[in-house]
Amino acid sequence: MKNYLQLNLNLLYWILIAPFTGQFFKIGPIFRQMVAIGVRATPMVALTAFSVGVTLAMQAAHSLESLGAEMYIPDLVMLTLLREMGPVLIAVIVIGRSGSAVAAELGTMKVSEEIEALEVMAINPVQYLVVPRFLAMMVMLPALTIFGNYIGILGGWAVCRFALDFNTAGYVLRALESADTWDLYSGMIKSVVFAWLIITISCNAGLTVEGGAEGVGQATTTSVVQALLAMLVMNAVLTGIFFFAA
Amino acid sequence: MNANAENIIEVTKLVRKFGDRTVLDEISFNVHRGETVVIMGGSGCGKSTLLRHMIGSMKPTSGVVKLFGEEITMMKERELERVRLRFGMLFQSGALLASQTVGENVALPLLQHTDKSPDEIEEIVKKKLEMVGLTGFEDLKPDEISGGMKKRVGLARALALDPELLFSDEPTSGLDPIMTAVVDELTLKLTHGTHMTAVVVSHDMTSSFRIATRMIMLGHGGIVAQGTPDEIRNSPNPEVQQFIHGEADGPIPLNLSQEEHEDHQHVKPRPFVAARHRFHRKTG
Repeated sequence: MKNYLQLNLNLLYWILIAPFTGQFFKIGPIFRQMVAIGVRATPMVALTAFSVGVTLAMQAAHSLESLGAEMYIPDLVMLTLLREMGPVLIAVIVIGRSGSAVAAELGTMKVSEEIEALEVMAINPVQYLVVPRFLAMMVMLPALTIFGNYIGILGGWAVCRFALDFNTAGYVLRALESADTWDLYSGMIKSVVFAWLIITISCNAGLTVEGGAEGVGQATTTSVVQALLAMLVMNAVLTGIFFFAA
Repeated sequence: MNANAENIIEVTKLVRKFGDRTVLDEISFNVHRGETVVIMGGSGCGKSTLLRHMIGSMKPTSGVVKLFGEEITMMKERELERVRLRFGMLFQSGALLASQTVGENVALPLLQHTDKSPDEIEEIVKKKLEMVGLTGFEDLKPDEISGGMKKRVGLARALALDPELLFSDEPTSGLDPIMTAVVDELTLKLTHGTHMTAVVVSHDMTSSFRIATRMIMLGHGGIVAQGTPDEIRNSPNPEVQQFIHGEADGPIPLNLSQEEHEDHQHVKPRPFVAARHRFHRKTG
């Protein structure tokens, strides 16, 4: 826990203060990490989001048909995706795929003395390794969430268009009418907070590895478990703040 | 002449304890500019621990380490970085960044700490790799080259910023005799030509006697013997004689029992392992 807080403070220094003292972060590594963390996750995100969109539409159809309220299916798909399923499920994918990869990579670097070598070369590991990953995650998780939302809505449309009596225009209009900008923003705020949690927990797990290959394995598992729990608890808290307290 | 001004490294009464065990017990020595000091001693005698204190990655229990006249034991990370720019370090495994090519690894300190143009950096990288006999390896990844090559790339990287002081952790282990000679000659050339100071931790006696201007032998947490290579060669101390001639019989204890060994490695005792051993002794 002490390590984790220290890492966060260190990160804040390198992101908010260091650029004004002439140590601006290098752009190249950030883009490289954006590809590794975000772009390569798009197929998985697309498949997950599409399945969720389809599932939501089918479940909604099943329940709403008995009430004769099929016309509300797009509303349900849209709101569920924007507010909850989009940010949460895409965070789950990114934790499993990119968070664990970051923890394993940094952990391997730690046990093979690479981190110590960086320190001895007067290169700060937080600045050199964590900052690009952090910034990449902060950009890519919200981006993936928006992308996932689109694909999920497409999944809902597929069900409505081909299995039910919707036409495309009807589905789109209904979906757009139901959602408010706040529905989108609340999801985006969530995914930004999740991004912070995921990347700091993964980096911390990697940087504090001890004990060889076994340690790397443990750290990777720990990072996934901790990131998932932290993300789900934070989701409940944020939902409470956004939709309940106000 | 003020003798202190010439001291690149001053280690004074350095004590390091892991738990109850004292690994380094009041070690004091100085390294002057232009010297090549070889630190030797059996495995687990605290050589690497001593080295890690000198580069500032471990903090001593008590005592003082001064590099270039500045005390590094109390330094904050940022001040330490300033001192670290003046020395290079070759790790035992090379410690290359596995995700970057050989060329990028050597270029790393230059990219981070200088304002040189990419062309100039490329030129320097080429020159440093040539020095260690690896011309044309720039674009390979560390896992595509052998262990000995990695070590030489590590040396090229340590020398990238033309440091005043070079630390090497077993620079020649895993190298063939010819490459060992090349690395030794390089060290000699650098220390003679550019007045670089070198601190080398080594087991390799042939190589040590070739490069050393002074040798320090560690043992029992302290300094067993120190002196010029000739003094060490002619040392009356039986432990030193045993070590430099690599003899199995002698005053240095050979087979540590498991308890002693664990004590040595400062690991926590493992009751299950001990129990299993007792079980095997009984049944086996």
